[in-house]
Amino acid sequence: MIMQTLDWKKYLLTFLITVLVFLSAFALSNFFNNKKITSLREIEDKISIDIMSSETQYSLLAESSCKDLSGNVLSQELNTLAQKLTYTEENLGENSSDLIRLKTYYALLQIKDYLLMKKISVKCNTKPVFILYFYSNNCAECEQQGYVLTYLREQYPNLRIYSFDYNMDNPALRTMISLYKVGDTLPAIVINDKVYNGFIDKDKITDTLPAWMIATSTKATTTKK
Amino acid sequence: MFDLQSLIICTFLFISLFFEIFLLLTFLENRPSMKKGIVSKPFDLPTATIVVPCFNEAESIFGTVESLLALDYPKEKLNIMIVDDGSTDNTWDLIQRYKNNPIIEIIRKENGGKHSVLNFAINKSGSDIIGCLDADSFVSPNALKDIVAYFSNKETMAVTPAIKIHEPDNILRKVQKVEYDWGIFLRKMLSFIDALYVTPGPFSFFRREVFANIGSYRLAHNTEDMEMAMRMQKHGYKIKNCHTAFVYTIAPNKFSKLFTQRLRWTYGFFKNMIDYRELFFNKKQGNLGFFILPLMIASAISTLWLAGSFITKISIKMHAWFLNWRSINFDFGLFNTSHLNLEWFYIQTNIITFVTILSLTLTVILILLGRKLSEGKIKFKMDLLYFFIIYPFIAPVWLAKSVYNIIISKKTVWR
Repeated sequence: MIMQTLDWKKYLLTFLITVLVFLSAFALSNFFNNKKITSLREIEDKISIDIMSSETQYSLLAESSCKDLSGNVLSQELNTLAQKLTYTEENLGENSSDLIRLKTYYALLQIKDYLLMKKISVKCNTKPVFILYFYSNNCAECEQQGYVLTYLREQYPNLRIYSFDYNMDNPALRTMISLYKVGDTLPAIVINDKVYNGFIDKDKITDTLPAWMIATSTKATTTKK
Repeated sequence: MFDLQSLIICTFLFISLFFEIFLLLTFLENRPSMKKGIVSKPFDLPTATIVVPCFNEAESIFGTVESLLALDYPKEKLNIMIVDDGSTDNTWDLIQRYKNNPIIEIIRKENGGKHSVLNFAINKSGSDIIGCLDADSFVSPNALKDIVAYFSNKETMAVTPAIKIHEPDNILRKVQKVEYDWGIFLRKMLSFIDALYVTPGPFSFFRREVFANIGSYRLAHNTEDMEMAMRMQKHGYKIKNCHTAFVYTIAPNKFSKLFTQRLRWTYGFFKNMIDYRELFFNKKQGNLGFFILPLMIASAISTLWLAGSFITKISIKMHAWFLNWRSINFDFGLFNTSHLNLEWFYIQTNIITFVTILSLTLTVILILLGRKLSEGKIKFKMDLLYFFIIYPFIAPVWLAKSVYNIIISKKTVWR
């Protein structure tokens, strides 16, 4: 009877190579993830500059006409940023400190954009619709509410939707939540200063929109053949 | 940063990468010895008996027997036994044409299954080495001589061949061809580390004393070829693989047939593993007991796990789509919120992605090395693509079914 022997050296060598491969994969993955974080930061910096220049422009033109004020450019950039942040959150996990910082920054940019747009609308006497959307990552109906709002944003490009993570620990956001008295039943939506707690479907939201906005929906224009 | 699911997948990836690197090292270590021949000094060719069990094999029996007659081996040392295992078609009449051939014996017995045919022939045969060739397979002329060369080593008790697919003409057969190329490589490597756990039905040869010492074939859940190898390993008998002895087998051309075949194999594999569980982590068993057998179980578990998590992922995605759809009142026109985004930002860059890519690359390399062993050169063909697209979807099916059958104790059939 032959005793089989184990070649420990070979197993050890194999183990070392495998560990090395995993370490390289880890390094590679870290490298790319950092690149993504950096690119997110760049987008945020750019948006920050844009908001600052809008604010400055607003101050400069305070006394003159409204038609020179440009505000619509921003929302699209905020949307792509939001998409990327969601993607990063899904893939890097919610607890990465970089990500929390980027999300806070994003929330602040949205608040700034919201305040500026409100000021402009008052001054220039336009009637835009602002929707503030509060969600959390462990709320069952938030996913659906998100779909509804994404749909509405695509259908009504003039709608200004801002989304906030309800549980985010940031003084400005907390102030806004207490200012509008947003309850903790999520999802929560604030449409032109009126608070709705719990899921609301697309028809209910559409009902609150002004007639001129519904008339200019992309659907009204795209389905015409 | 890691949830449980990623951790489990990383563990599976680690094991599979470890295995692939181990095989690659084994290959590099043994490459020099593969180039030179096996026999160092001339030795006396043993007498050989080849059993051809047939049960309703009218279609392919001639090809099988003719390929045996074309073997490059001294005729006086060769004996072919065609055993009709109670066929219900005209197989018996067809094989009558060989009744006057001096090296062929034709025998008819009552149906009793493949293992009974083999045992019947083993008892009748007086040759030094005994092998079998299923009536759906053909051999290359050099096969027997190459196999016999391995018996020049007194310790070698059995030699297995390199099995190839006969005329891979449709996609399913091409997929199997890639799998068999991988098998050719794997078996050679397992042979180097003395961890072969199957002596495949077609054209594996045994010294006659194997059967005298450790007993004849058993039913063994319709995988008698695996049981025999496990029994030999248990008794410390050496099994070697001859990678130049090509056997061509007619592969199933339809999924249903392939499914039946694989169900029998995997079910038999698990059942034999249970019967021979004493080999696991047995210090007499070396590489087989400590590495290969546990690895086979781990790979079965990981295949099932990955298939399960894939299905879960898809259903979550479908559910999300459905919710999205419903929340916008099934408005098809504007259902484009999840369009593909090709920006580099959206490419997955986690560890699992990189290790998976590397592991798949290594798999391709090992398959190509197998192809080099079987065809003499490395060829990239469409079949590789078919393999990677189709195999991950079909293999878990029979694996899951065989596990299910074991749980509810349902036996498998031959065809």
